[in-house]
Order: sequence, then C-alpha cells, then structure tokens
Amino acid sequence: MSLATTSSQTVGPYLHIGLTWLVTDDLVGPGTTGAPIVIEGRVTDADGKPVDDALIEIWQANAHGRYDHPDDTRDLPLESGFKGFGRVATDAGGTFRFRTIKPGPVPAAQSQSPALQAPHINVTIFMRGMLKQLSTRIYFPDEPANARDPVLQAVPAERRDTLIAKRVGDGVQRWDVVLQGEGETVFFEF
Amino acid sequence: MATTNMGKRPPAGYRPADPGTQPDYLYPPYSSTVKRSPMQPLVRLPSSLSEVTGPLFGFDRIMANDFDLTKQHDGDPIGERIVVSGRVLDANARPVANTLVEIWQANAAGRYPHPRDNHDAPTDPNFTGCGRTLTDADGRYRFVTIRPGEYPWRNHYNAWRPAHIHFSLFGPALATRLVTQMYFPGDPLLEYDPMYTSIPDARARQRLVSTFDWETTIPEQALGYRFDIVLRGRDETPMENDLRLPS
Repeated sequence: MSLATTSSQTVGPYLHIGLTWLVTDDLVGPGTTGAPIVIEGRVTDADGKPVDDALIEIWQANAHGRYDHPDDTRDLPLESGFKGFGRVATDAGGTFRFRTIKPGPVPAAQSQSPALQAPHINVTIFMRGMLKQLSTRIYFPDEPANARDPVLQAVPAERRDTLIAKRVGDGVQRWDVVLQGEGETVFFEF
Repeated sequence: MATTNMGKRPPAGYRPADPGTQPDYLYPPYSSTVKRSPMQPLVRLPSSLSEVTGPLFGFDRIMANDFDLTKQHDGDPIGERIVVSGRVLDANARPVANTLVEIWQANAAGRYPHPRDNHDAPTDPNFTGCGRTLTDADGRYRFVTIRPGEYPWRNHYNAWRPAHIHFSLFGPALATRLVTQMYFPGDPLLEYDPMYTSIPDARARQRLVSTFDWETTIPEQALGYRFDIVLRGRDETPMENDLRLPS
C-alpha cells in the first residue's frame, strides 16, 4: 500500500514562534572528541540582500564519523555529549553562527566511489518565500579527501567552492549561502 | 524488504515525493519566491548514510503543557477551542512513531506575538501559539488549541491568508523532514492563496485541508479537526537500494 506524500509549505515570517525553542548553536557538549570550530556565514538573496528570517538546521556525524542514529550500525563510538543536530536563525544582518567539531568521514552511496565521503555537515534551510526546504552541505578547507569526494565530483567544478568553508581565523570558518544568481550555492535533492 | 539495522544489509534510501505533490521553489504568484529561489538545477544525490539518518528527539525535551496551547498562561485564550489530531504515516502506510511535531499559529484575531507582525489586530496575553509533541507508537499526535484567525498580508492587493496552523516534522531521516501548513474545511480564501495554489496537484492541495472529526470533538468544549500527514517512505525495491553496506 502506498500513500501520497504530504505537500510542503513555507515556514513563513513568524517561524521563530514555533521553532526557536530548539535553537542549538553549540553542538559541542562535555566529552566531545575534536577541536571546536565556529562556522559563521550570511544568507543573501538574488539582489545580494541579507535574509534576516532564515532558519538553518545542521546534521552531522561525530569526530569518529558516526551518526547518532539507529541506521548507522558501524562499530564506531557514539558520544553522549555530541548529538550532531544544530538549529540557528539568521539575525538582522542575515548572519548565522554555530560551534561544532569537524566530523569524521562517512560511507558514500553504494553506487559511488571511493567508499568514504569527505567530512561534511548536512544543512537544511527554511525561510519565508521558500515553499520547500533547501538542502546543501558544508565541506572543510585543507581537506585532501575533498578532491575525491563523490558528491563534490558530481557538482560542476566551477561551483564546488560554494560548498567549501573558508578559514578566516583560528578555529573560525566562513560559509555563505547565496540563494540565487552569481555564486549561487549548490543545492541538492535526495 | 525489511529495513535492517542488523548490519547485514544497508538501510534503504527514501523514495522521492509523489509527482505533483510538492511546489516548485519559484512560484511568482507568491512574490517572495522570486528573489529567494535557486535558478540552477538541484544536484541529485544517491542516498548515503548522511541522508537516511537524521536527528531524533526524546521526551526529555517536551513539557506537560506543550501539546495544549490553551494552558500555557494564567488565563484562557480568547477564541474557539479546537482539538487538532491525526496520524503521521510514511508513504508505505507505516506509522512514524516517536517523532517530533512542532506547530505555530496566529491567535483568534489573526495576530502573531512577533515583532514583525504589525497587523492591526489584538494580541492575546494568554496565547503564544506555539506547541509541540511526540507521536505515539501508532504515529498519533494531538494538540488542543484555539482556531486561528485569517489575516492580511502584502503579497498582492487585498491578500488574506486562509486560517492555518504551521506544522514541522522530522521523521526518521533528513530525507523525511517536512514543514507544511494545515488549513480548515470550507475556507473561501484557499483558492486565492498562492501558498495553497503553489501545489500543482489539486488532490494534494486538498490533503492539506483538515476534516471536521466528530470522534475527537469534546462535548460542550471543543470541535475536533483531523489532519493526517504522510512523510516519504523507504524504498522497498532492493534493486533500487543505493546504500553502501556499513562496515
């Protein structure tokens, strides 16, 4: 038996009322393996104007490459201080910021080679004017595995940079989201 | 095929949403989509562990009155009490148990207690309009709230949003994340609403409209509305299973 999937609708401008109770801008709890890093950035629209009412959700593996989820059955350690979920809203300047650790590598899809993906953070974006969420990824600078990552390889070479954060300071990386136009961020469907 | 957590077979990926059920990013009648929708095609990814996993939340996050939006302040909110309930299922008709459901809505006058809402209608000190719960083992959820009011917005001349409640659901995976809106039966504003009409398939639109439910109506207290939600289901065809065996 098959049921038709429910349609998506926008979060609208008043999303904060329902969704900010679960804001998690610091993913790094006690006992987490890995050096904390801050990832910050700005969301802009087709005119380069900051988007001040976006919500960004983060999902990532821990430093061992293990997702805190029952479908990840690999024999790798889970850490009670690191769940891998984050949720942040953009401010009046369209900026967001969260603190996390660099995840370990995780398996690629069966059809892909090599067998491991480069470390990445999965990002889901919601906002007024967006009828369904956008999905994208943050990769890390100075990561040799990026050169072979099957997802980055599936992206046109000239657009790959939109998925890779830039180091802007000690333990601080920058990753911006361009919704439309020049430098448009790569978004995924899956 | 059984989805397996036993390590012998990889967990299956999730089938795409049914054709016509999901709006496009660009839908010019909803004017805010014009500057906020990507113009480049989305890059299609085969399912990896990154897409079939996702955050799971427990009861430690949920407070006793979070499901009852009429009991979150000292007094009773103004408006008509209603019960909104239903089931969360996947496209394979299996219940989605223990998943977080978040809702938010305007008050009975069509006003949100939000700094960006300047609609000339009263706020209600006894109503915030925010609720959350977890589904039970059968995928059931239930909220007690008040019926939200319609309100004007500036999308086009004389634009009014139909009465609605915003819903946010996670399901078991990133691939099942869904944010939607529930509407009310018989609302004359629906056919003028570009959010509602952005959904290509008319039957899919209609499924966002709740139904009056005698069974959950509480005598002399609250009308019941039923709203069932269907998240994407796992791919049950092994040949299309695209996940790598976890090692």
